[in-house]
Amino acid sequence: MHVHFLDPHRAGDSVIHRLDSRVKLALTLMFIVTVSLTPFGAWAAYILLLAIVLSVELLSELGIGYVVKRSVLATPFLLAALPLIFTVPGEVLVTAPFLSWNLTITAPGVERFLSIAVKSWISVQMAIVLAATTSFPELLWALRALHVPKLLVAVLGLMWRYIFVLADEALRLMRARSARSGASPQLGGKTGGSIAWRARVTGGMTGNLFVRGFDRGDRIYAAMRARGYDGEARAFAAPPLQIGHWMMLGGGLLVCLLILFIANLVAR
Amino acid sequence: MLSVPHAPPLMHIPDGFLSVAVAVVMWLVSVIVVGYALRMVGKDLGERQVPEMGVLAAVIFAGQMLNFPVAGGTSGHLIGAALATILLGPWAAIIIMTCVVSVQALIFQDGGILALGANIFFMGVVATTVAYFVYRTVQRFSGNKSWGIFVGGFLAAWLSVVVTSIGVALALGVSGTSPFNIALPAMVGVHIVIGIGEGLITAGALAFLYATRRDLITSQDSKPVSRTVWVFGLALALGLALLSPLASSFPDGLEWVAEQSGFLERAMGAPYQLIPDYTFPGVNSPEAATILAGVVGTLLVGGVAFVIARARKGRATAN
Repeated sequence: MHVHFLDPHRAGDSVIHRLDSRVKLALTLMFIVTVSLTPFGAWAAYILLLAIVLSVELLSELGIGYVVKRSVLATPFLLAALPLIFTVPGEVLVTAPFLSWNLTITAPGVERFLSIAVKSWISVQMAIVLAATTSFPELLWALRALHVPKLLVAVLGLMWRYIFVLADEALRLMRARSARSGASPQLGGKTGGSIAWRARVTGGMTGNLFVRGFDRGDRIYAAMRARGYDGEARAFAAPPLQIGHWMMLGGGLLVCLLILFIANLVAR
Repeated sequence: MLSVPHAPPLMHIPDGFLSVAVAVVMWLVSVIVVGYALRMVGKDLGERQVPEMGVLAAVIFAGQMLNFPVAGGTSGHLIGAALATILLGPWAAIIIMTCVVSVQALIFQDGGILALGANIFFMGVVATTVAYFVYRTVQRFSGNKSWGIFVGGFLAAWLSVVVTSIGVALALGVSGTSPFNIALPAMVGVHIVIGIGEGLITAGALAFLYATRRDLITSQDSKPVSRTVWVFGLALALGLALLSPLASSFPDGLEWVAEQSGFLERAMGAPYQLIPDYTFPGVNSPEAATILAGVVGTLLVGGVAFVIARARKGRATAN
């Protein structure tokens, strides 16, 4: 069993796939900052932003269904924002007795909660498109072009190379454990031992993974040395951005500013 | 089982939950700290470290898949900041956690992209710093006996999770996306429990390594503790302690943000109110939150002061 399907990259030949990864990364950042900058309750702006994301999804030939299905994975965090519907002062919608308290749901509270949910949902969709249409080496290259330190990019690159190998090892460890301690058929059922014992076993597995990691790191270093590695991660120089790329970046910036202007206009 | 590796919930902040001001400040702090960590690692570890750190970042990522069932469908997880700190030292741990959190955000949408600066700060910088201080403090207490490794490992992992959750609650509160007086007690309460899982796994891993590869655990012990680390830890602890009462005296962080940046206030059309004229059943929450944050902050600062005092004393007697 392998975990290669974890990689969300979907190879393709769409406009979005072929776009220079530096431009793609910059535009994604620009878009997500714009979404974050729109005030709460600017619904007209949210619709515009959602329209942009959905058109990018169609252009990328990933399909809206694929992106939307992945985007719901990020929802548990909404729990942190949920109490806002009670705490933001304003016009009271409903008063519900709960235990000994009276919970009041306010209109601005609901508005702010829904705004956070929608903004978060739009942002995560764009991030999914970026990850699905850009291979990791391309992304690293873009990060380097955006002046992320060389050492950090080198570590990221090596991490990506071995992430699936070690995820496979983690899976093997887990399979070995369930073979020995008896997996429970129902979710969360008792699978042998006390909680402390189970934690100790999991700790042993983690330690094991670390030992394998250290040893593998040593072997990789020796192999790299044998092939002439001298501590310098070399890469092709990035070709300069063309006029078309600059126009795309400029156009993106213009659209973002326009949406922000509209957003601040409609949000009273 | 084959889902995307998940750290405990409410740790990776998604986009849309942080105000741009908070996100940008967090980015700046993270860039400075990670930049400094890169310089430190480059200085005393060198070329050998690049493949090793890459593989160990992958180990942490894969290690987050390992879990154990607790009860009712919940499970214990590992974030790994404490284990990385204990085994590799704080600077390498900061870089490794930065890589792990970055890949989670860029590839798996576990945490936002604009919020990545904050996530690096909390899971990469705060968690490792807390773990480092706690672990070294307990080790000094134990006189480098073996129980110091396990107890120190457990406490370092547990506290790193708890303090990180305080930071996340603070960032959300100041952003106005989560009411601070509810978020702080709730987040801290949940993570006091979640942190036990982290602590047990960390102690278990250290026990395994102690039995099989003791050299990996003790390799960091002989390293002298640099003064900048202490100063940084002190600043962090003081900052957290001072920030929490400030933030919690405003029932809703948005008012604070609105006051700071006038446009938000205009956009919301909400008049600035220090204490809104309505009651919420939060059981004197601002006060409770202040006290809680104060206690944690004081403990942290006290611990740091204690260690510095001991280090000074040790140096004085050595001279």
